[in-house]
Amino acid sequence: MKTFDKILLTNMERPGYTGSLSDYEGTGGYKALKTVLGNVPPNDIVEMVKKSGLRGRGGAGFPTGVKWGFIPKDHPGPKYLCCNADESEPGTFKDRQLMERDPHQILEGIAISCYAIGAQTAYIYIRGEFRLATKILERAIAEANQVGHLGSDIYGSGITVHVYVHVGAGAYICGEETALLESLEGKRGKPRTKPPFPATHGLYQKPTVVNNVETLANVPHIVNRGAEWFASIGAPPKSTGTRVFCLSGHVKRPGNYELPVNATFRDLIYELGGGMRSDKPLKAFIPGGASAPFLTPDHVDVQLDFESVALAGSMSGSGGITVMEEGTSMVWAALRLMEFFYHESCGKCTPCREGSAWIVQILQRILNKQGRPEDLRTLTEICENIGGRTVCAFGDAEIAPVQSTLKYWRAEYEVLIEEAEALKTSRKEIPVLSLS
Amino acid sequence: MIFDKHQETVDDILSRYPVKRSAMLPLLNLAQKEEGYVSQAAMREIAGILDLTPPQVFETATFYTMLNLKPIGKFHIQVCRSLMCALVGADPLIEWLHKHLGIGMGQTTGDKLFTLSTVECLGSCGTGPMMQINDDYYERLTEERVGLILRDLRESGDCSMKSGPFMVPERGEGVVSS
Repeated sequence: MKTFDKILLTNMERPGYTGSLSDYEGTGGYKALKTVLGNVPPNDIVEMVKKSGLRGRGGAGFPTGVKWGFIPKDHPGPKYLCCNADESEPGTFKDRQLMERDPHQILEGIAISCYAIGAQTAYIYIRGEFRLATKILERAIAEANQVGHLGSDIYGSGITVHVYVHVGAGAYICGEETALLESLEGKRGKPRTKPPFPATHGLYQKPTVVNNVETLANVPHIVNRGAEWFASIGAPPKSTGTRVFCLSGHVKRPGNYELPVNATFRDLIYELGGGMRSDKPLKAFIPGGASAPFLTPDHVDVQLDFESVALAGSMSGSGGITVMEEGTSMVWAALRLMEFFYHESCGKCTPCREGSAWIVQILQRILNKQGRPEDLRTLTEICENIGGRTVCAFGDAEIAPVQSTLKYWRAEYEVLIEEAEALKTSRKEIPVLSLS
Repeated sequence: MIFDKHQETVDDILSRYPVKRSAMLPLLNLAQKEEGYVSQAAMREIAGILDLTPPQVFETATFYTMLNLKPIGKFHIQVCRSLMCALVGADPLIEWLHKHLGIGMGQTTGDKLFTLSTVECLGSCGTGPMMQINDDYYERLTEERVGLILRDLRESGDCSMKSGPFMVPERGEGVVSS
């Protein structure tokens, strides 16, 4: 057994910790902001974050410091930071906990990040359903403004950071960074074609960084304890630090568990999660939110870092791990996720908009024992015509459940289709009327 | 006019953005909070505030599933039906709600108290099955618990079983073998 220090959940797990400003300050909160503002050149912070190896915790895993480095330094006009709190990836519920239990950790991360990229305004784009998190964040911003951790001329440094909460209204796609910007501009949340990238043409066509809640929450810790410290945790050099993994499905103890990224699915599912909820063994798990291809019990010793999961044929994505026990129909599971994607497709790109509807139709008829022998080939072809042919990554995401269940559990599809065929021969033929 | 009595809030919202149109969702959300749904009149008023045409507001509003464009019941029950909740029993619970309330999906009870909807993932997959009623989350649901929640809402308009600041598991464990 190896122990390690949690980073993001440390405070909130202290007995009696409420996440108030005084609680946060009492644990050394806002020390990092005080240290850097006006004392450390912004570019040094960008370099520090680059060196730490911190990668985006929202799903794509893009190196945060590199993203910041794309912001043009000599840009004369305003720049923006958007904190992506749209947490909508099925299987993911970590940002909600970070916001509701320790909001100032995020605000300090936002303030330091704004300073690093030269932004004076940050918007926290939060999903509309998170009413409680919205209230808690707004209260925390008011507290921080009042004592001068945020606002104009912070600590007399001449640096200004205004933070606002912007509440969404129900659209999964607004978690995609350019759709988020469209939505923040008051439009339908449809992803933009890239390039240009938000780093040069983002919010209001100004240089903009969009970072996930958990990503930003790591920043004060990197400043306090150093890039080398962070880079030594996990699976360096490519995947560093810890992540808050969200465990759901058929396990004894679902919930949020912070682990260094070199831990394995076995650690998470069997040790922290207490294993399967009943005597039924593990059948399948999704390793990184609904957009990640399913994996099998053969993969439980895979490490949780981005590279290892990619090597196993899936993605670490948003860090949401959903566990399914023996007896769960994989066709049903794929259909349930496809219904989600069909519901959430923004409609901009034809392959995704039409393809998701077709896939749902085909899966429904297979499950209802009305499938046709050619259906599996059709499914495969539709998936191939969606992947890589859409403006955003949604298209690649929505085919993951179908392709991966077809890969590992094709026989389940085939049995249902065979049953349909058997039923068909016993069904009464509809007489064809001759018009002559 | 819906926004007249909220002039201060409207001004505060507008002051947050360099471009007026960004106030679109905040104002639509405010209209819904005020009237329970987003009326055509509210959307026209928003268009006026933001110097837009009414269709520009309509086209935006129709994109977002949380905005109700028709009046709904006093309590909007939204049950998550996504895979993670379905794995732990959302479907029978939805069936139970149908029967208990005697209404179909998207319908409102005769007394205008409850509207029943199913929704996609609300971000509480570790504590399913779950539902949102108006602003509040209710998690780890069973038929019995839902029955009590509905009873409380009928009787007092509030229910103490709603979720507080989220943390699951309550006490984390910091030990892992690797």
